[in-house]
Amino acid sequence: MNTRLTCDVVVIGAGMTGAACALYAARAGLDVTVVDRGPVAGGTTGAGEGNLLVSDKEPGAELELALLSNRLWAELAEETGERAETGRMIEYEAKGGLVVASSEQGLAALTDLAAGQRLAGVVAEQVPADRLRDLEPHLAPGLAGGVYYPQDSQVMPALAAAHLLRVSGARLLTGRTVTEVLRTADGSVRGIRTGHGDIHAPAVVNAAGTWGGEVAALAGVSLPVLPRRGFVLVTEPLPRRVRHKVYSADYVADVASDSASLQTSPVVEGTAAGPILIGASRERVGFDRSFSLPVVRALAEGAVRLFPFLSEVRALRTYAGFRPYMPDHLPAIGPDPRVPGLFHACGHEGAGIGLATGTGHLIAQALGGKAPETDLAPFRPDRFEEEAA
Amino acid sequence: MNPLELARAQPGPAFTVTLDGREIEALPGQTIAAALWAAGVTSWRTTRGEGRPRGVFCGIGVCFDCLVTVNDRPNQRACLLPVQPGDAIRTQEGTGHED
Repeated sequence: MNTRLTCDVVVIGAGMTGAACALYAARAGLDVTVVDRGPVAGGTTGAGEGNLLVSDKEPGAELELALLSNRLWAELAEETGERAETGRMIEYEAKGGLVVASSEQGLAALTDLAAGQRLAGVVAEQVPADRLRDLEPHLAPGLAGGVYYPQDSQVMPALAAAHLLRVSGARLLTGRTVTEVLRTADGSVRGIRTGHGDIHAPAVVNAAGTWGGEVAALAGVSLPVLPRRGFVLVTEPLPRRVRHKVYSADYVADVASDSASLQTSPVVEGTAAGPILIGASRERVGFDRSFSLPVVRALAEGAVRLFPFLSEVRALRTYAGFRPYMPDHLPAIGPDPRVPGLFHACGHEGAGIGLATGTGHLIAQALGGKAPETDLAPFRPDRFEEEAA
Repeated sequence: MNPLELARAQPGPAFTVTLDGREIEALPGQTIAAALWAAGVTSWRTTRGEGRPRGVFCGIGVCFDCLVTVNDRPNQRACLLPVQPGDAIRTQEGTGHED
């Protein structure tokens, strides 16, 4: 079928970020079409864990975006749709995060981080070693202490993307590969070309996740989004034994790391559906999807160190995905000054589900010609070009 | 052609297993799911949320719909687990774990 469509904005990518961009743009009164070469949540989103975290971010632009996103997620969760409230549909849980340190040295670093985060508006409660089990009764003994972050939350990412797309009312075209970004003689965006025809629009949002660099290239610009592989181990369903998202203080250092080699630090959380999810590994191996037993073994070992009862629990499966990272670990959000009409909303690394709402909200403001509520300068899509020059 | 008929297969002698204490016959080489199907049982688990019945969906180990408790170990995939003489199969409710 060949179709010719006209709308106000085309969002490339039917993942979490694309869904949030579509939702907020539609609510701003824009006629939105979302296209994806695969299904909804079939790329970066479907392989994520669904973390909405403030705890793992150092003070700065990303933390501000996380706090904004956190508020927007809470608002969305309370909306009531046709079938049920959004929160239930997307398995939203404001369950809080508990970061634990195994050594006094680690605890000192964690305490410092929390102090800075508090100044930025994060709620962070110091938890002495002898109170950790009040929060998590099955936690291993001998930990030095921790910090509790009540704002940390979770959603089921595929459900969340699908639900936001549905309630956005945007036109959704899956199974359509974008082959070209159409431009006028003066270089402005005028739409996209797909295998099924052209879609005309004065604005195009690149929400292609890990493949955001390829979409940018179609518009003739470079955007250094690269894949970082992460595995998640899924246990059999259990009654609720892990109440919060619990992770080791080492995780924050791993997230910020520039090393290409494998890093794992235990991140353990129960889910509304019953299984416990165990992360988190990070390694730069390109788009290699092959299973790695050493990585998954390291994840399991780390999780058992935090929660010894897990040694008796069966792991049912694993999944891996590609976290889209940029060289400075910040996403690209906002208009691309090199191509009028082109907007980027990608490169969120492992934080894209959490940051999706804030990203969508800011993109909608930018699309509407308003001054965005948060300064987009740190997220400027062309920031790496300047460095290279 | 009927999936319950053995398509020219010549399995060894049948043996007995139990489903919730009731004896059923199984053939060597069958999975737990195949033995249950052959005994006319198509559901052996209820869902965690709303207690809905579940049995084989994909049949190839991918969907985790056919989870069952075998020899006191919950959450095993009936479609992949070979049946052994004397297996005590139990229908599974919810997570299969006591809370």
